[in-house]
Amino acid sequence: MDEILEILESDARLSAEEIAKMVRKPVAKVKSLIKQYEKDGVILKYKTIINKELLHEEKNGVRALIEVKVTPQKDVGFDYLAERIYRFPEVASCYLLSGSYDLLLIIEGKDIHTVSSFVAEKLAPMENVRGTVTHFLLKKYKEDHQILKRKERTKRPAISF
Amino acid sequence: MKISKRVEKVAPSGIRVFFDLVLGMKDVISLGVGEPDFITPWGIREKAIYSLEQGYTSYTSNKGMIELREEISSFLKKRFGLEYDPEEEILITVGSSEAFDLAARTLTNSGDKILVPEPSYVSYFPLFYLAGGSPHYLKTTIDNGFKLTPQQIERACDKNTKVLVINYPANPTGTSYTRKELLEFAKIAKKRNLIVVSDEVYDELTYDFNHTPFATLPGMKQKTVYLNGFSKSYAMTGFRVGYACGPKNIINHMNKIHQYTMLCASIIAQMAAIEALKNGSKSVLQMKKEYQRRREYIVGELNRIGLRVHKPEGAFYVFPSIRNTGYSSMDFALNLIKKKKVAVVPGTAFGPSGEGYIRMAYASSLDNLKEAILRISEFLKR
Repeated sequence: MDEILEILESDARLSAEEIAKMVRKPVAKVKSLIKQYEKDGVILKYKTIINKELLHEEKNGVRALIEVKVTPQKDVGFDYLAERIYRFPEVASCYLLSGSYDLLLIIEGKDIHTVSSFVAEKLAPMENVRGTVTHFLLKKYKEDHQILKRKERTKRPAISF
Repeated sequence: MKISKRVEKVAPSGIRVFFDLVLGMKDVISLGVGEPDFITPWGIREKAIYSLEQGYTSYTSNKGMIELREEISSFLKKRFGLEYDPEEEILITVGSSEAFDLAARTLTNSGDKILVPEPSYVSYFPLFYLAGGSPHYLKTTIDNGFKLTPQQIERACDKNTKVLVINYPANPTGTSYTRKELLEFAKIAKKRNLIVVSDEVYDELTYDFNHTPFATLPGMKQKTVYLNGFSKSYAMTGFRVGYACGPKNIINHMNKIHQYTMLCASIIAQMAAIEALKNGSKSVLQMKKEYQRRREYIVGELNRIGLRVHKPEGAFYVFPSIRNTGYSSMDFALNLIKKKKVAVVPGTAFGPSGEGYIRMAYASSLDNLKEAILRISEFLKR
């Protein structure tokens, strides 16, 4: 992966000027590369990772992991059905997996009721969906390499040889 | 009470007062540290915890666990083509600092002249002095990138000269040498029959070319005491584990002092070090990449705010000149900490010719570096 992407992936707030200093490229060059990545869809968007575990808000909503067994269809395989499912805004993530089930969904809803009615009313009745298993998420420890705690700090003294 | 004359003569590092001041302050942005800002990679920490759980709480053999010496031996062979016999030519020490002291005491007879680069790491000169030698500084300046020259070494050699100390990449300057440059030093070592004590703890943090261990140069393995450790490459400073490799005769004599003083390095640290060598290479590369970006950033920024700097080839230090500010190194550091709460180390900590420079460690997050640069530029404008 291009070093510029690596840098942005770890800190999207860095400006093109700052990145240019780190990779020793002209600012204009860095700017145009980033533009191109955005245009090509390599860079999709810039967002902030919020540790909701620390917010202790009642309204955080609930999340559930749902295993979905489906019947793949001629010519389009799993893709067609997957798309029909992932287009629902309740679906936060959708993966095709090997193993005992096919699709893994992460569903977000404001409470257990919302999630279960999505499953019961939208997902399960779909043609070619053969079965679902819903796991409600109790606690998140780590997500996308990010440990969901206050950052570990070095305990080194402020000055040493 | 009379204190040993030699000990008394070792300057009580005037820098101590400055250090105490910094350590007593809160909310300091510190570019004053001689260690990584990364915490030891989890796999290594986990191995240390597991070792403790399994009851590894004993002494080890004086030379260190044979498993660790074997890992070091095969690592050096694979990485650099450098072959050391784990039974006879490798000694595990409490950090490479201890290894340096052992080398100094093992090699020095009263009156032996020892060549030490300057500015250089704080312990080289005093340890050879305490061992009874006559250390002699070889001055380097920013004008040639803080590099020793072959001519300078040759000129300093007389009939009493026994040891040449080298450290690359260097603390505090970040300077390193290419194989070609080192070959010139090797020629002199051969001609003048010098033993070379080569401190290469920052070897994994070499950015612009491949690191060449001095002992890999033709004819040099028999004349080199090679020092390395885990502190910098694997962010394991607190574990205190390093090693010395060298000719069997020297290692055996070093081990005599080691067994009477340290006895052995901590077994938990040794277990962690084995894990570092087995599975740590990915973390090393990640940290190196990060340091390299910060190096580009800080060198560019220092130039921008008007401090002359030699772009370091390795380690995580820059050693900019502050001569044009009118401050002495100590005054610059003192005023900077008092007025802007940024900690740097005065260059004079590393020998008298460090006057006119400060050492800044870029082993700090980019946010810290940005803020530090901002504050320093305000400080310079005052």
